[in-house]
Amino acid sequence: MTTSPLLDATGVAKNYGAVAALRNASLSVLPGEVHALMGANGAGKSTLVKILTGAIRADAGRILIRGEQLDIRSPAAARRAGLLPVYQEPALIPDLDVLSNLRLTGTPVEPFRAWVRELGIPDLDIRETARHIPLAILRVLDLARALAVEPDVLVLDEMTAALPANLAEKVLEVVRRQGDAGRSVIFISHRFVEISALCDRATVLRDGSTVGVVDIEPGIEERIVEMMLGTRIEKTRVSARAANDVTTAAGSRPRLSVRNLQLGTKLNDVSFELANGEVAGVFALEGQGQDELFAALAGSIRPTGGSIGVDGAPVKFSHPSDAIQAGIAYVPGDRTEALAMQRSVRENIALPFSAALRKWGPIRMRREQVVVSSAVARLQIDTRAQGEVQRLSGGNQQKVTIARWIAANARTILCFDPTRGIDVGTKQEIYKLLRELAGQDKSVLFYTSEIEEVQRVCDRVIVIFGGRVVDTFPVEQADEASLMRAAYGLPRGARADVGILAEVKPGSNAEAAS
Amino acid sequence: MTDSATMPQPVSIGRRLKRFMADRPLIPLIILLVILVVILQMLRPGIVNERWIANTAKFAIPLAILAGCQTMTMLTGGIDLSVGTVATMSAFIMATQIVNQDPAVAFLLAMLPAVLIGLVNGIGVGVFRVHPLIMTLGTSLIGTGFLQVYQRTVIASGARIPDFLNWLGTGVTYGFPNALLLFMPVAVLIVFMLNRTGFGRLLYAVGDNERAARLSGVRYWQVITALYILSSLLAGITGLLYIGLIKAPSLSLAEPLVLPSVAAAVIGGTSIFGGRGGYMGTIIGALILTVLTTLLTILQMPEGGRRILFGFIVLFVTAAYLRIIEDR
Ligand SMILES: Nc1ncnc2c1ncn2[C@@H]1O[C@H](COP(=O)(O)OP(=O)(O)OP(=O)(O)O)[C@@H](O)[C@H]1O
Ligand SMILES: [Mg+2]
Repeated sequence: MTTSPLLDATGVAKNYGAVAALRNASLSVLPGEVHALMGANGAGKSTLVKILTGAIRADAGRILIRGEQLDIRSPAAARRAGLLPVYQEPALIPDLDVLSNLRLTGTPVEPFRAWVRELGIPDLDIRETARHIPLAILRVLDLARALAVEPDVLVLDEMTAALPANLAEKVLEVVRRQGDAGRSVIFISHRFVEISALCDRATVLRDGSTVGVVDIEPGIEERIVEMMLGTRIEKTRVSARAANDVTTAAGSRPRLSVRNLQLGTKLNDVSFELANGEVAGVFALEGQGQDELFAALAGSIRPTGGSIGVDGAPVKFSHPSDAIQAGIAYVPGDRTEALAMQRSVRENIALPFSAALRKWGPIRMRREQVVVSSAVARLQIDTRAQGEVQRLSGGNQQKVTIARWIAANARTILCFDPTRGIDVGTKQEIYKLLRELAGQDKSVLFYTSEIEEVQRVCDRVIVIFGGRVVDTFPVEQADEASLMRAAYGLPRGARADVGILAEVKPGSNAEAAS
Repeated sequence: MTDSATMPQPVSIGRRLKRFMADRPLIPLIILLVILVVILQMLRPGIVNERWIANTAKFAIPLAILAGCQTMTMLTGGIDLSVGTVATMSAFIMATQIVNQDPAVAFLLAMLPAVLIGLVNGIGVGVFRVHPLIMTLGTSLIGTGFLQVYQRTVIASGARIPDFLNWLGTGVTYGFPNALLLFMPVAVLIVFMLNRTGFGRLLYAVGDNERAARLSGVRYWQVITALYILSSLLAGITGLLYIGLIKAPSLSLAEPLVLPSVAAAVIGGTSIFGGRGGYMGTIIGALILTVLTTLLTILQMPEGGRRILFGFIVLFVTAAYLRIIEDR
């Protein structure tokens, strides 16, 4: 059966001065299909989406919707034509509550609520100010808002990137059903599991041009990667050090020791250690206290109880600068929290250098340049639009947040979902980078929403549920099933002494690790 | 989010020109300044001569320094409305204290309120998080009150403008106003500070995203306190320069400069929301406003009409300028 495409774009181009964001992109979406749009960071996916949905205008190109050439000049016009986007960055206005945000866009409230529940958030307070809602939930609200108006073509730009496993699963389910109901979805993601589970076809972009359209079938992954990057990449399992090694090698003091940490109702009696030269993973579902744990370790919020020790000495952080002084750097999950968007890549990376009072004087520009460029090269940041970070693609912005602390040579890095929105090629680089840091006796605490990453980079995985450390796995035992079980708070098979029902005694984690 | 390109056409000259200007935001400002001067010359042929230029510079300089205070504070998302009062206070104190005091002592006394007001502003904004508009307006009112009290105590001894300030404010050497001797180093320092020092970087960073600055280890209150003290010091020095130019100490000496100083910074491309802008634009903004004032004066309109026109032109220029440099 041949059907005519619902949406058909050809020869789309967009220049920003000297930067060609899109050269010759095409995309054709059939009714009822879930169509993946793939490409490395900066390939032009978001730009194409913004053009299709009227947020920006193309310099050239032809866009047909149901065979008609419509001149879509604004998001409102796109919406009338049945196209609705969920952009890469959260779209709710931070200073308004959810309800006002809905009114602003004329979204029907009841369907919205129904979708929110459907998407796995049973207890949303619709009066909550958007600013106070965690990033992952905000993304789901964006999606629910789009679903509530029942668009013919739903455009999802890295919808799942900030979502932990349980929420991502719900999203995939809902999106799949959209397709079954005869609606189309354009789906952007850097996670191949999602693509193969969900999509019918994929359009691949490279450097602003469409380089291929493929049907999703088993084994296609490698071809897509090759098209995306123009080369093959080796997806190696980065060799983690055996957990035993860590504990014996670190017979000395642990780099970071957390004892009975308490933070309101969010964190309960959390204890664990991070050794020198170790990459410890933190795995949890949405909102189990991982945000607060990282913020507390970074000096960003003050714990209400318990203690934190650095190199064996107790510390009290009252400001992030205290943590930085102790060599602890924090890459937050929400990049808008970490970046000065109107400033250059260079200034963003060099920001910590000027922070302390005694560094307020003249900057040694040449030395700074050297340090910054090596960090930029290390993370392969696409610097074509480096004058303002807000002009970088989402993935490249993410890389800047990491590059900052690589440049600052921090001894311990707390990474909260650092690979969010980063393409496959660079992800490998980041895994390698983290392992390299560990090799230099630095240590990394690594929260991730992608199970696969845990197995790829970590020496040890700490699972958090309901604000408690419920289990700790050495990487060899951290298979998907056990991690998920633990993350849902279910006790591990034979081990009755750990899990949600058992008290987690200080020190029991270390035992679990050995 | 608006732009004028039509769909299927390659990048037009207009767009390219716009892009060029967007990358070099100073150029449209300089063009505007030149246009204003040309209009002036056409309305009054021969008016634009060496003397006129020196005179314009003399009046633009105090405005430009105060606008520097606004630029720096606006970069952090703030504003300093107390600069007028601070300038007036130091001018008034200088002029009255010089009568019986050693010049150095008079100078220190004149700068004292500047430091104090700056410190209070800084602590209020940086530590207690009072909105800068309210905070600096408040200290400005308090300062004016103190000045009135002070005036009664010195009413008997009279006032005098020190010769040096006279020379600096009004004097011209080889066609160059002496005030440039003060302004040049100040301007170079501000530009250098904003672009090449850690402190300057922090002003931008704090104004762009305070949370990000915090996570990078920046202590907000330190930056803000230092900033408002610096701003006040500059305002105090401007007051001394201005009294040499105006030569009549009064309790509202520099007050008329406050809003134009904000306007100059805004016209010069500094965002009141923080994070973007620079001092070179501000200097040109101050020149534009000064020339505009001359232009409106020779139009021989009544004062009210002149102000209305002035306001409209400022609005129009700012809006047009933002359209040019906001390339999207
Ligand atoms: N306003 C702008 N000014 C200049 N360059 C821009 C602007 N917006 C986007 N670009 C550039 O266009 C290119 C494509 O960006 P886009 O956001 O579409 O990438 P993407 O495919 O969505 O990447 P990611 O996977 O990282 O989100 C990037 O190189 C980016 O720097
Ligand atoms: Mg993108």
